Amino acid sequence: MMDHARTAPLTVAPPEAVAEVRFDAAMEAQIADVLTRYPNPQAALLPVLWLCQERWGWISTGITRTVATRLGLSPAFIEGVLTFYTMYQLQPPGRYLLQVCSTLSCQLCGTGELVGHLKQRLGIDFGETTPDGRFTLVDVQCLGACGEAPVVQINNDYYTELTVERLDALLDRFE
Amino acid sequence: MEPILLRARGTKNSRSIAAYRSAGGYRAIAKALKMEPAAVIAEVKASGLRGRGGAGFPTGVKWGFVPKDSPKPKYLICNADESEPGTFKDREIIHVDPHMLIEGIAISSHAIGANVAYIYIRGEFHAEALMLEAAIAEAAGAGFLGKNILGSGFDLEVHVHRGAGAYICGEETALIESLEGKRGLPRLKPPFPAVVGLFGCPTVVNNVETLACVPHILERGGAWYAAIGTERSTGPKLFSVSGHVNRPGVYEVAMGVSFREIIDGLCGGVRGGRALKAFIPGGSSCPVLPADKVDIGCDFESVAAAGSMLGSGGLIVMDETVDMVWALENLLTFYAHESCGQCTPCREGSDWALDVVRRIRRGFGRPQDLETLERIARFASQGMTICPLGDAFCEPIKSFLKHFGHEFEAAIAAAQPLPAAKTPVLPLRSGHGWYGS
Repeated sequence: MMDHARTAPLTVAPPEAVAEVRFDAAMEAQIADVLTRYPNPQAALLPVLWLCQERWGWISTGITRTVATRLGLSPAFIEGVLTFYTMYQLQPPGRYLLQVCSTLSCQLCGTGELVGHLKQRLGIDFGETTPDGRFTLVDVQCLGACGEAPVVQINNDYYTELTVERLDALLDRFE
Repeated sequence: MEPILLRARGTKNSRSIAAYRSAGGYRAIAKALKMEPAAVIAEVKASGLRGRGGAGFPTGVKWGFVPKDSPKPKYLICNADESEPGTFKDREIIHVDPHMLIEGIAISSHAIGANVAYIYIRGEFHAEALMLEAAIAEAAGAGFLGKNILGSGFDLEVHVHRGAGAYICGEETALIESLEGKRGLPRLKPPFPAVVGLFGCPTVVNNVETLACVPHILERGGAWYAAIGTERSTGPKLFSVSGHVNRPGVYEVAMGVSFREIIDGLCGGVRGGRALKAFIPGGSSCPVLPADKVDIGCDFESVAAAGSMLGSGGLIVMDETVDMVWALENLLTFYAHESCGQCTPCREGSDWALDVVRRIRRGFGRPQDLETLERIARFASQGMTICPLGDAFCEPIKSFLKHFGHEFEAAIAAAQPLPAAKTPVLPLRSGHGWYGS
């Protein structure tokens, strides 16, 4: 059973703040480091998008345009990549992204009960964010921790062997 | 069997290079660097090691396909995408002993002549990516990675590359596309990655568990490794056991022990004292087997003879309470979501099959539905798609109908007739329809 002292809230930039972005020196240094790992800039796309998401919480079209310019790719190409993968957030999420594993092993071990409880407690369905911007609830496919089912990933952290009681205690801690 | 891959589990600071070295780690790389690459490949061939990611292809043979005279750089990719439902052994290796993997990567890179290796790890494994980066930094600091490793003249850089959420990127050519910064669409083969892989260069893609076996093979010899397990399925194997057992988790066994020994012995039996109904031996894309097959051995040949596949060793256990129509619906939800959309039979077939099974489970099944499912399963598998995802969703359909068809028939027999006014003209998508939802 894995527990974390505290999962840090995501930093989520409001849409107006990322309508247009410029990379500062710190970000440029990180990108330059990433670029050394690959023979061409396109291969750095996924890592650079990760850097952006860590910084702003999601990938706006403004961020996409800046990444396109920086890596010499077209914004349309990057849109194609962004929409292929599930983990890039294309809308601002809540500060805590609750990713509930819905695949067989977790379902055999009681995920259904957790989901019912979460939807009731938060008053939202999958794909929605609470009005206070605290929680976004999504169902995800197998998280690869089936031996510790049921599993919920909250931001970057796995929470395993969850019960309704443990989940409630967790959510109370998140502001 | 003495633990080999999980020997450090339970020891203090097992992820540190100090712990790994005190257990004898990084001796194999010193030995391997004094050998010719061809001799390293020969040792791995002699071990009989077969890929642990699912396909079971002989590792030494795969390495041998890399052209030696190519002027292009060569790449090794460690596949840590671990996305097959029911599989979580690679995560365990990273948690317990990441240096074993790093050493395996270094030896394998020397064998194929690669000076750059990438570990492609699924995006969800954030903590594990950090563990690997820490281990890489430690190994480089100790001179086991970087320039002129141990004075041999061999250079190797290892980079961790995070995916971003896509099951298909566990397929090696989709993984390569993804690493190149693209959508993870599998490539047509041939050419195989060994000839035209990452950035158009010769590339070997090996699973985490496969690479973790390599230091042991070099240290103790191919013959030692080949003596473990069965004649054609050699070595130790990690089984990820999940579902209705008392003690789920990762277990290391010699290939060939029975699934009963794993489920009843190691895992403490079926939860709640209930009866076993079915098990999926190798991850969710492998055909389901009924309880009466539980005495077969957990090696490639025995599982194939019983009509399934060893796959990645993701053993999913289901007790007598499981509704098999529900279970198939869950698996098809996964595959319909994860189909990359490139090939029509897979993209359309997975959604269509899901619609049909969902309809059956919600009490609106029709007598012709089973034949429809069988036809989809026939036309979307066995070479009709670029990659094996077609088979991955068709094998569950075929095997659930073969062994548990009576449950589907009973659900259809109890179904209500469709209300005429609501009968859809086209198949509904993704369950956002009206079937009792």
